[in-house]
Amino acid sequence: MRHLLSIEDLTRDDVERILDRAAAFAEVSDRDIKKVPALRGRTVLNLFYEASTRTRSSFELAAKRLSADVVNFAASGSSVEKGESLKDTVLTLTAHSPDAIVIRSPYAGAAALVAGWTTAAIVNAGDGKHEHPTQALLDVYTLRQKLGSLEDRNIWIVGDVAHSRVARSNVLAFQMMGAHVTVCGPPTLIPRGIEALGCAVRYDLGDLREADVVYALRMQHERMDQHFVPSLREYAAQYQINGRRLSPRQVLMHPGPVNRGVELSGEVVDSPQAVITMQVKAGVVVRMAVLYEVLAGGAPSLRQRPRPTEPQLA
Amino acid sequence: MRPHDALDGDRALLRLVSAPARPASLLVSGVHVLDPRTRIDALHDVLVRDGEIAEIGEAGSLSAPPGDVEVIDGAGRHLFPAFVDPHVHLRTPGQEHKEDLETGTRSAAAGGYCAIVAMPNTSPVVDSAPILGALLDAATREARVPVGFSACITRAMAGRELTDMAELRSLGAACFTDDGKPVVDAGVFRRALQYQRLCGGVLALHEEDPSLTGVGAMHEGSVSALLGVAGIPSVSESTMVARDCSLAEYEHARIHVQHLSAHESVSAIEASKARGVAVTCEASPHHLTMTDEDVRGLDTRRKMSPPLREAADRDALIEGLRNGTVDCIATDHAPHARDEKEVPFEQAPMGTTGLETAFAAVYTDLVLPGTLALELVVEKLTAGLGCIDLLVPQIAVGEPANLVLVDLGAEWVVGESGYESRSENCCFAGRRLRGRVLLTVAAGAVAYRERSIMLVTSSGGPSLRGPGVTSSGGPSLRGPEAET
Repeated sequence: MRHLLSIEDLTRDDVERILDRAAAFAEVSDRDIKKVPALRGRTVLNLFYEASTRTRSSFELAAKRLSADVVNFAASGSSVEKGESLKDTVLTLTAHSPDAIVIRSPYAGAAALVAGWTTAAIVNAGDGKHEHPTQALLDVYTLRQKLGSLEDRNIWIVGDVAHSRVARSNVLAFQMMGAHVTVCGPPTLIPRGIEALGCAVRYDLGDLREADVVYALRMQHERMDQHFVPSLREYAAQYQINGRRLSPRQVLMHPGPVNRGVELSGEVVDSPQAVITMQVKAGVVVRMAVLYEVLAGGAPSLRQRPRPTEPQLA
Repeated sequence: MRPHDALDGDRALLRLVSAPARPASLLVSGVHVLDPRTRIDALHDVLVRDGEIAEIGEAGSLSAPPGDVEVIDGAGRHLFPAFVDPHVHLRTPGQEHKEDLETGTRSAAAGGYCAIVAMPNTSPVVDSAPILGALLDAATREARVPVGFSACITRAMAGRELTDMAELRSLGAACFTDDGKPVVDAGVFRRALQYQRLCGGVLALHEEDPSLTGVGAMHEGSVSALLGVAGIPSVSESTMVARDCSLAEYEHARIHVQHLSAHESVSAIEASKARGVAVTCEASPHHLTMTDEDVRGLDTRRKMSPPLREAADRDALIEGLRNGTVDCIATDHAPHARDEKEVPFEQAPMGTTGLETAFAAVYTDLVLPGTLALELVVEKLTAGLGCIDLLVPQIAVGEPANLVLVDLGAEWVVGESGYESRSENCCFAGRRLRGRVLLTVAAGAVAYRERSIMLVTSSGGPSLRGPGVTSSGGPSLRGPEAET
C-alpha cells in the first residue's frame, strides 16, 4: 500500500493484514527497550495543521519505536502563519526527502491532494470532517482484542456525527468487519444522506440496549455557538451515556479527549466497561503497523514472512 | 403603467461593444444550416458579404462573387446562429490574473459565441458610471466579440442601497445583477424591482439564502455526507427563487433567474410562469450534464455555486429545457488561477470555466444519446441575450453575420491543447467530447478560426497556407494562431 488516505480505499484483507502486524508490534511495546530497527534511516514528517496532542504524539512514538527519524511540523510558528499555501509548504518539506508525511488538516481531501504533490508516502491523520483512518483502525483493533470479532455485533455511534471524521471512518470500518452500525444524535447533527454509508439512523437512545458497543463522540463546545443544540445541559439530558443508560455487558468507547459530564458521565468513564485507555494504547501499535505498511512494503505476501520485529539492543 | 417600456430592444446593440474588426466576406458552401428560429434545417450555401448575410441558397447554387471572398467548404459540417451567453465572468477590472477582456472574449469566440455579458462582481465591483464607462471603453479596444457589461443592483454589492441604476442603464448597463451573491434583503430587492419602471434593465438574480447555505461547499446529499463536506441544500436556492418570483409578480417587474440547479427551483419557475410572472431563467452546461457524484474525487474544478446536484435535479433541468421552463443555456464561465484552485476543496473558490466546452459538453452528453434534439440545444444556446432584451442571432438574409461552423463528428479531449481562456479550471477537463467549433463569426467579423480548418479561396483550389494567412486577410489575424 502506497498511502493510507481513507478507510474507503481499504479492503477487509488490508485491514486484517495491518491489524495482524499491529498485534505483532504490541509485544515490542511491552519490552524494556521499546524499539525495533524496522524503519531505521527513514524519515517521518508530522505535518499538523490542527491542534492535536494525542494523535501527533502517537504517530511520533510509533515512528520512533520503529527507529525512524521524526520531524514535527506544526502550523503555528511556521511559514504557514506567514501565508504559505499547502502546496508550497509540501514542496518545501519534500525537498528534505521525507519517506512518509503524516498529515492532519482541517480540510477534506487534503491528504489525497498532498499525495499528488510529493513522492513521500502519505498517511492521513484526519482531513477535515472527512476521515481519520488510523483512528478507525485502532478502534477495530481494540474491539478485536475485547470481543474477538466484530462479526454481527451491533455498534452505536452516538453524538455529533455531522462534524466527526471519526464517525465516518468508523462507520465504514466497523461495517467492513461485519458489524451493524447505528448512528444516533441530535437531528441537527446527523447529516442528510448519511444512510448512504449503510448505517441505521436514530435520534434518541431508546433502543440503546440493542448495542454491543457504544461509541460516544466528543461534543465540541463551539457547536453551541452555532446553535446546533440548545444547550449542553439539554444535550446531556438527551444523549449522555451514563450509568442508567449503559448496560453492564456493553463496551464503551470514545476517541478522546472526553468531556466528562457532557457526552459521558464520570462514572462510565471510570467503569471497567470503558476501553478508552486501551484505544490509546492501540493507537501506537496500529500506527507502527501503518507506517511499516506504507514504508516497508505492504504486499499481501508479507503476511507469510517472518515477523520483521527483531529486538534491537542499544 | 407599462413597466417594460424602458426595456429597449432598439438600442440593444449599443449595449454590446467590441474592438473594430474587418467585416467578413465569405461563402460557406454545402453546409448543413440549422436555425430553429428561421426554421432552416438543410444543406445550403451561405454567402456573407461585408459582415452581413447576403444570400442563402441551395447547396451548390452560389458561387463566390469576384473580390475578396473566402470560400469555406462546409461539407459534413453544420452552421448555426452563433451562441450568446448572458452570464460570463471576465474578471476585469482587478482580477486580470484570472481573465481579462481579451482572453475572455477570445475564449468565447473559440466556443462559438458571438456575444456575451460580463458580471459585475469584479474588484472593484461595477456599481458606478465611471467603472462601467471605463469597461465599455476598454472593450472597444480589446473585445474580440461583442460584450455587454452588467451593473450591480446594490452599491458595493453589499445588498443595502441601490446603485444609480438609471445613470448606469443610460450609460449602457446590459442588465443589473449582484451575481455571486443574492439580494438577501427582500425590502431592498423590492425597491430595485420598483425602480426598474424608471430605468429598465432586467434584474438577473443569483438565488441563494446564505443562512441555509452556511459554510456549505457542495450539494447537501449522500455524497456530502460521505465526504464530510458541509452541504448546500437545494432549498437554499428554491426558496429564494419562489420569494423573488412573488415579489416580481407583485411589482409587475421583469427578472431573470441565473444558473438554476435544483429541481425545486425548476418547479418554482414553472409555477410562476404559469401565473404569468415575467421571469426567464438559465441552466449551465455543467448542471445539465453532471451531478454531485462527479464531486466524489473533490476536484476543485467541479466546485461551483450553485453546486452540482443530484440526478433528479439534472433531469428536471433537462425537462425544463424541453418544456420551455428553462429559457436558455448559460455557462457562468468563472475563471480562477491555477494556484487559487490548487488548494483543498473546502478552501477553493467557486467556479468553472465553460465557454470553450459548452456546446461540445451538451452535444456529447445530451444530444448524442438522444436526450435532447440538436435543434433545441442550438435554440437554448442562442437565447440567453434575448432573456435580457439584447441580441437574438438568426441566420436570415440581411441579418448581421453571427455564425458558428461546427464539425459534429470531431472528437477532442478538453484541455489537451490548452485553453484560450487565461484560466484552466474547467470542470470538463480530460473529458473526450464530440463537436468542435471550427469558425466563429461575431457581429460580421471572423472572431475565431480553428487551427486545422482547411481554407479554400475563391481564386484557386485548397490552400495549404497556414491558418491566419488567408485571401481575405484582416480579421483572421485576430485568431488565436496570431498570438503564437
